[in-house]
Amino acid sequence: MSDVMMDDPLRPSGLAQGQQQILGRPLDRIDGPAKVAGAAIYAFEHAPDRVAVAAIVGTPVGAGRIIRIDTRAAEAIHGVVAVITDDPRMPAGQANSRAMPAFQTDTIFHYGQPVAIVVAETQAIANEAARLVHVEVEAAPGRFDPRAQPVEAKPGIGFLPPIEIGDVDSAMADAAVTLDATYTTPVHFPAALEPHATTAWWDGDAVTLRISNQVIGAARNTIAQALKVDKDKVRVLAPYVGGGFGGKTGVGAEAILAAIAAQHVGRPVKIALPRRQTAYMVHHRSDTVQRIRIGCDAAGHIAAMAHESVVAQNDQGQFLEPVPFGTLPLYAGKARRFTTGLVRVDLPETGAVRAPGEAVGTFAVECGMDEMAERLGLNPLAFRRLNEPTVDPTSGKPFSTRRMLDCYDEGARRFGWPDVLPDPASVRDGEWLVGIGMAAALRGNFTVKAEARVHVTPDGRAMVECDMTDIGTGTYTVLAQVAGEMLGLPIGRVDVRLGDTDLPPSAGSGGSFGAGSAGSAVALACEDILAELARRMNASPEELRLKDGCVMAGGRQVPLADLLRGEPLTGYGKTGPGKESQRTSQASHGVHFCEVAVNAVTGEVRVRRMLGVFDIGRVLNAKTARSQLIGGMAWGIAYALSEDAVVDTRTGTFVNPDFGEYHVAVSADIPALEAHFIEEIDDSANPVGAKGVGELGISGAGAAVVNAIYNATGVRVRAMPVTLDKLLADLPPI
Amino acid sequence: MQWTINGQRYVAEVDVRTSLLDLAREHLGLTGSKKGCDHGQCGACTMLVNGRRVNSCLTLAVMHDGDEIMTIEGLGQVGNLHAMQSAFVKHDGYQCGYCTPGQICSAVGMLDEAKKGWASHASASLTDAELNDAEISERMSGNICRCAAYPNIVDAIREVAGLGDREPVLVAAGEVGA
Ligand code: FES
Ligand code: FES
Repeated sequence: MSDVMMDDPLRPSGLAQGQQQILGRPLDRIDGPAKVAGAAIYAFEHAPDRVAVAAIVGTPVGAGRIIRIDTRAAEAIHGVVAVITDDPRMPAGQANSRAMPAFQTDTIFHYGQPVAIVVAETQAIANEAARLVHVEVEAAPGRFDPRAQPVEAKPGIGFLPPIEIGDVDSAMADAAVTLDATYTTPVHFPAALEPHATTAWWDGDAVTLRISNQVIGAARNTIAQALKVDKDKVRVLAPYVGGGFGGKTGVGAEAILAAIAAQHVGRPVKIALPRRQTAYMVHHRSDTVQRIRIGCDAAGHIAAMAHESVVAQNDQGQFLEPVPFGTLPLYAGKARRFTTGLVRVDLPETGAVRAPGEAVGTFAVECGMDEMAERLGLNPLAFRRLNEPTVDPTSGKPFSTRRMLDCYDEGARRFGWPDVLPDPASVRDGEWLVGIGMAAALRGNFTVKAEARVHVTPDGRAMVECDMTDIGTGTYTVLAQVAGEMLGLPIGRVDVRLGDTDLPPSAGSGGSFGAGSAGSAVALACEDILAELARRMNASPEELRLKDGCVMAGGRQVPLADLLRGEPLTGYGKTGPGKESQRTSQASHGVHFCEVAVNAVTGEVRVRRMLGVFDIGRVLNAKTARSQLIGGMAWGIAYALSEDAVVDTRTGTFVNPDFGEYHVAVSADIPALEAHFIEEIDDSANPVGAKGVGELGISGAGAAVVNAIYNATGVRVRAMPVTLDKLLADLPPI
Repeated sequence: MQWTINGQRYVAEVDVRTSLLDLAREHLGLTGSKKGCDHGQCGACTMLVNGRRVNSCLTLAVMHDGDEIMTIEGLGQVGNLHAMQSAFVKHDGYQCGYCTPGQICSAVGMLDEAKKGWASHASASLTDAELNDAEISERMSGNICRCAAYPNIVDAIREVAGLGDREPVLVAAGEVGA
C-alpha cells in the first residue's frame, strides 16, 4: 500500500516518467457511449422485482406544530400498500454525519417538511393517495423574510470565522479613493436535472440503496446512523449521477424514507422527488446581502478591503454560506475584514451549492473592483494587476501555485481587451448597446482523504476501483487516464468501477476536490504496482518506463502480461491533506472576459461572447475540464441574468420552484464559450498536481456579465439578477 | 393498447393516467428516456412520435394507440451509435448525461423540422429558416441541460448538419458598430 499524506510537495515517479501521453489529452469520455445510448443506469431505474413506488407528504404550513396526521382516506385507495407516519427514524430534513436532522418531530421547521410516506403499486396511485393524507397543524407566525430578521454577528456555525486584520475603518478614512457599496444575490436552487431519487431494498438486516448522491462513502455512514443499523449492513450504489451541484452532497430525506418504507412493506421501494417538492426537501443557496468596502491610495493600491455579508439558515441547519471565502486571498491590502452574519429563518435549509462562497461572493467583490477602477480612472484589468498579491494577503502563507497574472495576459490577448475601455453607453450596434466587462475567478482548492485499488490482470488490462462518483465531472475518464499514464496502457485497456461503497472509500464529488483527490489515490495505487514490477525487472522504480503494455528498464523490454506470470497484481493507494496543505495557500485561478448587448428599447441582455483563461494545476483531461468550466460560465450568466428563487414571505413557500419559472440557462441564452488553460502542475496540492475545476468557472463569471452590462448601458445594478426591469428606467435615451 | 416502439410491437394494459414516458420507463423497461420534471419543462423525456419530437411526460400512453415511437434505445446502441450520438461523444455534448437522450432525440427531430423548412422564433422570416447557431439554439431551447453543455451540443449538431466547426469570434467591442 502507498499511503502518502500531503506533508511535502510530491510528484509520483510514475507520473513524472509517464510515457503513454494520455494524461491531460482531450479524450472522449469512456462512459460516453452508455450515456448517449440511454444505457447508463441512474437511481430510479432498473429496480429489483416487486418494487413499490412511494410519495412523500410535506407539511402544509411553514411554521408551527403538527397535531395529527389522518391517513384513512389515503389508505382506502386501491393500490396503496402502506402509509407510514410513525417510524421514529423518519427524518425532518436532509442528513449528514456532522449534522443530523430532527427525527419524528412535531416541530415544523419549514413548509413542505416531510411527515409521511405513501407506498403504492404505481406512482399515480402514490401521488393520488399522498394528496389525501390530512396533516392537521397548529400554524404559527413564521420568520419567512430573511431581510426582516435580526443578524447574529458571530453565529458559531460554518467553517469560516470572522477575520479582522488591521483597522479597516481608519484605513478607509485615510484612503484617497473609496467605495462602500452593498450588493445582493437571491436564493439559488442547485436544480440538478436528475431528480433526487433512491431505490432501496433489504436483504435480511442488510439494506442496499441506489441513490443519486455525490459522496456515497459519507452517505453510507449517515444512512447507517439514521436507520440505526451497523454501517457494514449498508451498501450504497451510485454508478451514474445526473448532476449534483452541491444539492446531493448530504443524504436527502427521500433516501432514509425509502429505506424505512422498504423495511415496513417488505418490498423494494423507490422514491423520486417531484420537481416542486425538490425546492423544499433539498437545500438551496442562501440569499446574501454583501457590503464591500475598498480604500485605495490615489495610484490605486488597495489599503483596505472589507467584505461583510449576511446569509440565512433555518433552526436545523449547520451550514453557513462562506460568502467572503474567495475574497480572502484575492487582492492585496493591509487592513482586511471578512464577516458572515446569520439570520435564522423558517425556510428550507440552506446549503452548499456549486462554489459555496465564491459563486455569489464574486458578484460583490468583482463588481466592486469594477466600480473602484472607474473611480480611480484605471482600466479594471490594470487595477487588478496592480493589486495582485505575492503571498496570501490574509493568511500570509505562500501560494502553492498562482498564475493569475498569466491568466490576465492570455485572456486579454485572446479577447482583445482594450487599454482604454469605451465609455459606458457609448457603443451602439443598431438598437443594441454593446459593452465589455471582465472579472477575476478564484476558487479555494481542497484535497481530501481518498483511497483506491488498481489491479493489473494477466491479459494486460487494468481495473481501477473506488467508491468515487462521476456526477458529470468526467471521473471515469480521468481516473482511467491517470492509471493508463502510470501503467503504460492505452485508455481502451483501463476499466473503471465507481459508485459502490463496497469499493475502497474515496473522496466523493464536492468542493471540486474529487478528481485531484481520487486521482491521486489511483496514482499512488499504481506506484505500488510499479514498485513490484520494478522488483521483477531487477530495476528501481525510477528506471522503469511503461508504454503500450510493455515494461522497459535497463535496456530490456518485457510485455506487462509476461511480468504478471498469470497472476493479477494489485496496488492500493491512499492520500489526503497534510502539512504541505497547511503550509501553503491553495486556489484555482482565472479570469473571465465578456461582451454583452443590451437592447436599448427593451432592456433585454444578450451575452454575445465570453472567454475565460484558467489556472487549474495539472489538466487531467482538456476536454472534460473545458466542459466543466464552460458549464460554470453558463451558470454565471444565468446567475447574472435570470436565476432568482422568490420566497413568498407571507407563507414561506417558493413562488417559482420549477424550471418553468426558475430560469436556468437554456441554449438560446448561451453563446459559444471559450475556456483556455495556463497549466502548471501543483505539487503542493496533491500527488497528481491538479486543482479544482468544477466550481472555478462560475466564480466571477456573473460579475463579468454585470460589469459588461454597466459598460454597455451606464446602469449599475447591484441587486442580482440583472433583469430588464432593473435596467429600463435608467437606460440612455434611444 | 398497442404501440410500436423502436420497431417492436408492444401490447399492454395501463392505468389511463400513465404517461407515455412512464409506459416506457416503468412498464416496458425502456429507461433511456429520462424524467427531469414530469411536467413538460425540461425536455429530458423527448421521444419521436410518428417522427415528431414530443415531451413524453406530457402525453398519455392511451393517446398513442397504434403510434410509431422512437426512443433513444432505438436510435442507436453502444457499439452501433447513430451519427448524432457519436457527435455528442466527440464534442462532449453532455456532462452528467441525464438530459442527453432527450437532447439527442430532440436534435434529430429538430434537424428534420429544419429540413422541412419550418420556421422558428430565430428565423429571418417564415420562409427563410437557414440553419445557423441561433436557429439551433432556439430550436433546442426546450431541452434544459443543467450541466450547461450547450456550446458543445450546438457543435455536435453542427457536425451532423454538415455545418462544420464554428469560428471563434474575436472582435473587440470598440469596433462593433462604433
Ligand atoms: S420530464 Fe418531460 S419535459 Fe421534463
Ligand atoms: S448533461 Fe447534465 S443535464 Fe445535460
